[in-house]
Amino acid sequence: MNLQRTQWLPTVVGMVILGAMEVCIPSAGETLNATQVEVKDFMFMPTPLTVKAGSTVTWTNKDDEPHTVVSDTGEFKSGGMDTNESFSHKFDKPGTYHFTCSIHPRMVGTIVVQ
Amino acid sequence: MSDDQSLLTRRNALKCMAYGGAGTLFALSGGVFTPIDLAMAASDKRGVAKLGKPLFIQISDTHIGFNKEANPDVAGTLTQTIDIVNGMYEQPALIIHTGDITHLSKPAEFDLAQQLFTRLRTTEMHTVPGEHDTTDATVTEYFNRFGKASDNKGYYSFDHAGVHFIGLINVLQFKPGGLGTLGAEQLAWVAADLKGRSASTPIVVFAHMPLWTIYEPWGWGTGDADQLMSQLRRFGSVSVLNGHIHQIVQKVEGNMTFHTARSTSYPQPVAGVGSGPGPLKVPADQLAAMLGITSVSVVKHPSALALNDTALA
Repeated sequence: MNLQRTQWLPTVVGMVILGAMEVCIPSAGETLNATQVEVKDFMFMPTPLTVKAGSTVTWTNKDDEPHTVVSDTGEFKSGGMDTNESFSHKFDKPGTYHFTCSIHPRMVGTIVVQ
Repeated sequence: MSDDQSLLTRRNALKCMAYGGAGTLFALSGGVFTPIDLAMAASDKRGVAKLGKPLFIQISDTHIGFNKEANPDVAGTLTQTIDIVNGMYEQPALIIHTGDITHLSKPAEFDLAQQLFTRLRTTEMHTVPGEHDTTDATVTEYFNRFGKASDNKGYYSFDHAGVHFIGLINVLQFKPGGLGTLGAEQLAWVAADLKGRSASTPIVVFAHMPLWTIYEPWGWGTGDADQLMSQLRRFGSVSVLNGHIHQIVQKVEGNMTFHTARSTSYPQPVAGVGSGPGPLKVPADQLAAMLGITSVSVVKHPSALALNDTALA
């Protein structure tokens, strides 16, 4: 019985991951026009987000806990964003921009500017 | 049983302890904390009074400005906490606030917190900032109000009743994806501060984020805390007090006692339960039991304790 259960679990996990990938792949191609990052459940979504140079990206906090958006290079920094508060930054130059939440540094995200 | 053995037994008894009730009074006896439930302490004033003058009360994570469902009235629960402290059988000499005074580092939040703190009968308060106190663009709101003690560095030390207190800051210099950080400059300052100090001096170290790794995926720890602990290990009594995780977690390692305090504002989930360390919603009648304070008292003058132990052995 136990053996059967251990065989089952990886199969179920594998199916869940596959399912998530199927959803993510088509949306990645559409992100050039999307400039919104949702901050929810202690995650930045989507990440990485790909935008065109000159785009303004807006992060909105959907958690009961405040979050911040702080660039690793110091190029942009929000204050504490309470629930439903937003922060925006305009990306003029192509490149890869990593950021974190300074309150919860485990939260990391990336904007790719083309 | 020799006195040494009784100390070890008490140390063992502290391991992995969990507490209920409004708060915990800590008696520091022979350099070792003995926890006493604050509700019990309040109902047995004579017994607790024998423990001596309370040295300090730890208040943490007041989060003034928070107004969500988990506790819509954090000013009210802080006021209740202050009432409990003010009603103690004897007022503690000091108040130590281990950070997250405010929720969003806003001037009005700091102003309200300071206004509420003035109700404390004990006027000497020592603070360290939490990461919620340093989210303003210029990181000046906290330091404008509480930076004087540390010359705006965030770390400082002082002595009281023979105990050496060290306040540290571990909420700046975050590394993405990492834990809290003390940094080389602060660690060098600690080394200089401890240099030449007698190993029999009781040490109390306080900082906002835990100075031991409780749960790395949620950032509940300090990446370079090991370098601090290696400096403290030679001392006979070290008490490490933190906030941040809004619940009591404690461990004893050699001569070091590690303790995280409850919040006065809202509880958080235990490590790893749920999506992250956000406010935990509990039924209103259960909230008060999940908030609280920590109090520490010195039984006798610490410098006399070693002699006393020798006489008893």
